[in-house]
Amino acid sequence: MSNRVLIVAEHDGAKLNPSTAKCVTCARALPQTEIVVAVLAADGGAVSAQAAALAGVARVLRVDHAVNAHALAATWAPQVTSLAQGYTHVFGPSTTFGKDLMPRVAALLGVPQVSDVMAVEGAHKFRRPVYAGNAILTVEAPAESVVVATVRTASFEAAGQGGTAPIETVGLNVELPSHTRFVSVSAGSTDRPDLQTASRVISGGRALGSAENFKLLYDLAAKLGAAVGASRAAVDAGYAPNDMQVGQTGKIIAPELYIAVGISGAIQHLTGIKDARTIVAINKDAEAPIFEVADYGLVGDLFTIVPELDKLIAAR
Amino acid sequence: MSRILVCIKRVVDFNVRVRVRPDGSGVITEGVKMSINPFDEIALEEALRIKERGLAQEVLVACIGPTDCQQQLRTALAMGADRAILVQSDTPVQPLGAARAILALVNREQPQLVILGKQAIDDDNNQTGQMLAALWGRPQATFASRVELKDGKALVTREVDAGLETIEVDLPAVITTDLRLNEPRYVKLPEIMKAKKKPLDTLPLTQLATAAAPQLRVLRTDPPAQRQKGVMVKDVGELVAALKKKGLL
Ligand SMILES: Cc1cc2nc3c(=O)[nH]c(=O)nc-3n(C[C@H](O)[C@H](O)[C@H](O)COP(=O)(O)OP(=O)(O)OC[C@H]3O[C@@H](n4cnc5c(N)ncnc54)[C@H](O)[C@@H]3O)c2cc1C
Ligand SMILES: Nc1ncnc2c1ncn2[C@@H]1O[C@H](COP(=O)(O)O)[C@@H](O)[C@H]1O
Repeated sequence: MSNRVLIVAEHDGAKLNPSTAKCVTCARALPQTEIVVAVLAADGGAVSAQAAALAGVARVLRVDHAVNAHALAATWAPQVTSLAQGYTHVFGPSTTFGKDLMPRVAALLGVPQVSDVMAVEGAHKFRRPVYAGNAILTVEAPAESVVVATVRTASFEAAGQGGTAPIETVGLNVELPSHTRFVSVSAGSTDRPDLQTASRVISGGRALGSAENFKLLYDLAAKLGAAVGASRAAVDAGYAPNDMQVGQTGKIIAPELYIAVGISGAIQHLTGIKDARTIVAINKDAEAPIFEVADYGLVGDLFTIVPELDKLIAAR
Repeated sequence: MSRILVCIKRVVDFNVRVRVRPDGSGVITEGVKMSINPFDEIALEEALRIKERGLAQEVLVACIGPTDCQQQLRTALAMGADRAILVQSDTPVQPLGAARAILALVNREQPQLVILGKQAIDDDNNQTGQMLAALWGRPQATFASRVELKDGKALVTREVDAGLETIEVDLPAVITTDLRLNEPRYVKLPEIMKAKKKPLDTLPLTQLATAAAPQLRVLRTDPPAQRQKGVMVKDVGELVAALKKKGLL
């Protein structure tokens, strides 16, 4: 085996985040690769079992420690750095979890990081987007050192099931700082499908005009089994929580169906949806840039169109 | 606290439609509007508000880059920063190099808080703050949407995929900003005049950083794959029919 990839698992203590299975697929694109998943948790039993079941995973390292109950980069990075010895690559997802953690790991290892890998072109050669996706770089990481990278999850399918990797319990002797403490987390929108993995997404923009009006989208989404997203303008205005923001500086998604409602289609928004299979745009301005990328465009007032759509779908 | 350091990067303005050079050697930057990275304006605004609440004495801004960056540093001074440092480098620095240079500044200036943007909108790396915190051996509170300072600690609310997370960090610490932290102020004309008298020092990068940081080599720059423009439908009925035909409904 010429490449050994360590993937840092993202999870909530009970469930492995699908972003990890996408990192596995990215790692499998490297030539001759052994893939090892590291599960840092307070009690990583369940999550390790899920990681071991992913097709392509050779081994799972289970690192249980009370401080690992929350993914604080300051405490996780020294552990990951210590685990990384002997690996050619260390991957994490390009989610807020991985974006927070991986650069800290890279700096401790003294290497540059490749952010948002969208394609693998060789053991040290990757493609990644810059300028809100307006340009794609092909970059080469130093050949002599470990490669630290985050994986743009929208660019890779999740690895399937069927793996039977052994789980190895690892105790680490690493000094952990106490200067960073978890306080609380409050979820913005839990009862709906997850925006980053949903196959259907409906997003609303500034045109919705209020948080109450977003209910139009929630109702329609419930009928479609869709997740709900938002533009930055809608989040800034307080119509939708921050975890719903889609785009360059929010979530990058790749659903089968994306319906943009009252969103103009700024480049910062479009970069978050360019891998969607089918894009539908509803906007009252026929000149809106969103129509340049939409597979189906409908010009009109969202406040008449969305209720009509809702009725037609309910009657299906 | 005595000092807050804010790091600002000079980037192509977010409104510019960036184009790739036909020979794949990069993007076209000639004659293009340059600005302070939007997240760094938010970082500066936060530092100024902390100072205005009487919790800090001095706001220092720093930029690593070519001499042209003086423009953005002057704007930062006009916004209200007290002092600026240009770490001059004609070759572009990547996040690890930037983090090392900022660490050297931190060692000279001893700030209790360093505020950076979460991401520079040119290279979209989202790395520098985290790398600085690692090299400095100090806490990081990334993607901040709320910062509260008390008793040598910062309570920071972070925009994460799951919602909002709050962490507590001991100072000194590194904070990176997200969009909802604040709305940066506009610069007024008298402030631009006043800013001309504020100190702006230049320091060559070679004099500051010890060793050159390892870098990624950029082999090629390509334009992205374009999506095909689709069709316009005339009403909701036609839309639903089209989606059904494609098996999407
Ligand atoms: C640093 C930075 C980062 C950014 N990151 C992101 C990001 O991650 N995601 C993101 O989305 N944006 C991002 N933006 C913002 C982006 O530039 C746009 O400002 C934003 O996407 C606009 O949101 P919008 O389309 O909802 O609003 P607008 O541009 O105001 O568009 C509203 C649209 O609604 C239409 N409309 C109005 N009324 C109706 C009606 N009754 N029926 C139908 N249509 C109607 C209008 O014709 C218009 O096209 C970022 C900007 C910066 C500077
Ligand atoms: N050359 C630079 N000069 C000053 N600050 C920088 C520079 N590069 C990055 N930064 C800071 O680091 C943040 C994150 O940048 P990046 O990691 O490149 O996405 C930016 O928002 C700036 O605050």
